Amino acid sequence: MKQEELDKRLLEVEGQLIGIERTAANRVYLLCESENVYPICLFLFDTLALRFVISTGVDAEHCFEVLHHFTDDACGCMVTVKAFIRDRESPEIESITPLIAGAEWIEREMHDILGIKFRNHPNLKRLILNDDWPEGVYPLRKEVQR
Amino acid sequence: MQEEMEFFQLTVDGEIVTDIDVRISYNHRGIEKLSEGLQFDQVPFLVSRICGICSASHPLAYVQAVEEIAQVEVPDRARYVRTIINELERIHSHLLWVGLGGHFIGYDTVFMWAWKYREPVLDLLEEITGNRNNYGNVKVGGCREDIPDELVPKIQQELDALEKKTEMLTKAVLDDPVLHARLKGVGILTKDDAVQFAVTGPTARGSGVDIDVRHDDPYAAYSDLDWKVISQPEGDVFAKAVVRLLETLEAVKMIREALKKLPKGPVAVEVKEIPPGEGCGHAEAPRGETFHYVRSDGGNRPVRHKVRAPSYVNVPSFKASCIGESIADVTITLAAVDPCYSCTERMAVVDSRKQVIHDYEGLLRLSREKTARLKKEIGAPEMKLEDI
Repeated sequence: MKQEELDKRLLEVEGQLIGIERTAANRVYLLCESENVYPICLFLFDTLALRFVISTGVDAEHCFEVLHHFTDDACGCMVTVKAFIRDRESPEIESITPLIAGAEWIEREMHDILGIKFRNHPNLKRLILNDDWPEGVYPLRKEVQR
Repeated sequence: MQEEMEFFQLTVDGEIVTDIDVRISYNHRGIEKLSEGLQFDQVPFLVSRICGICSASHPLAYVQAVEEIAQVEVPDRARYVRTIINELERIHSHLLWVGLGGHFIGYDTVFMWAWKYREPVLDLLEEITGNRNNYGNVKVGGCREDIPDELVPKIQQELDALEKKTEMLTKAVLDDPVLHARLKGVGILTKDDAVQFAVTGPTARGSGVDIDVRHDDPYAAYSDLDWKVISQPEGDVFAKAVVRLLETLEAVKMIREALKKLPKGPVAVEVKEIPPGEGCGHAEAPRGETFHYVRSDGGNRPVRHKVRAPSYVNVPSFKASCIGESIADVTITLAAVDPCYSCTERMAVVDSRKQVIHDYEGLLRLSREKTARLKKEIGAPEMKLEDI
């Protein structure tokens, strides 16, 4: 898809977003609340056939952020869905693994190191942390010192 | 991080694999967390140590992300130097794989020869950057060291010799009836599965998904060069081998052209402050797309730095390519995505009926015996590929 066409198609999910940011001609960020992450990813992966790259979990100051990075290899545009999880006490978000098999590991990793729970994940067991790692300690959170 | 010890547990029924489970992170190094404690210009040295083989593409993807935040335009010569180093890396990595692939199926001479051809490439990298691996040459704003003009003829000369030998190796592989019988139809990853598992690099291109960051979102000097993306539709081990061999030849051509066009001028611009913001950088490493996401709050360190090496998405595709295969084919199927080879050292097989545990040695033997058996059936002359 051409860049202009992709930009136009992305507006189809505008209703579920809280903002669209653009940091470069081919870098787009779609900001949303965590509840809307699944339908947006469904649209990007199934309807627009974008490639899933990876996800990034961020311990931001007042919330957690889950970023799902997609790319359109035809025009080299990277589209990132940035979902905000406002509940810092028990962070939860819908899993996208039932939609994209390739997201299984990274969601397990974010669950391990940031303590974000992925609803409907088929196999949310430990990936990164040792089996005897204490429960409730999430090494990538800001309060954990290096 | 990803490129390290991995443990595969296969469940088999007789000879046939019925399930596969993978455990990684026996040696987690916490690189993303470490990066948050380093200054922006220190991070390239850290990320080049993620993998000794991909130690040019990781820092490149990182600096591209930071350059996106700071909106830095790197000098032309730096773009070319980056390209040349990254393509030399691709050549030595692909030759390394060809050697290992040969070893796994019992072609030890291929292993010896491919690694012999690889050696001068490492020497060239040492002459250019000072190191055979962990080059530490790329920085935000350009490169640390230039390629001296007087070195160019020597690189050209080495490339000529290398091209001839790689062509010979490629021809031998493509014409060898035993390799056809041994690798075709083995460990197939279908195009649909390749998309579902979001695989990249030769693993994707061997399944007919012709994605390549160098072409799709051009960086460094790739858009100035004349080259083509290599892909094969079959999805089996043979297709992945062909993709890598042809890519090696393509890389030789690219370096030659880049050396010819190498612009004059500085190799770096000065970058002082990194403003607040976020950036996505990606580069085509030998195994596929290396992706780095960096966030800055305007300080001198990244507040978040995400790294995704290509094996992180390529390895889980084993679930699609290994189930239903025979255990003699698993070693080469696992090796076909080119993970760090330490992973196969820890492979174990659980036979659901007999409770037999095969270790790496046993699986390697099974794999090599199958090649020998095929050789006999075909009546291939004992030495064919070994003669090169």
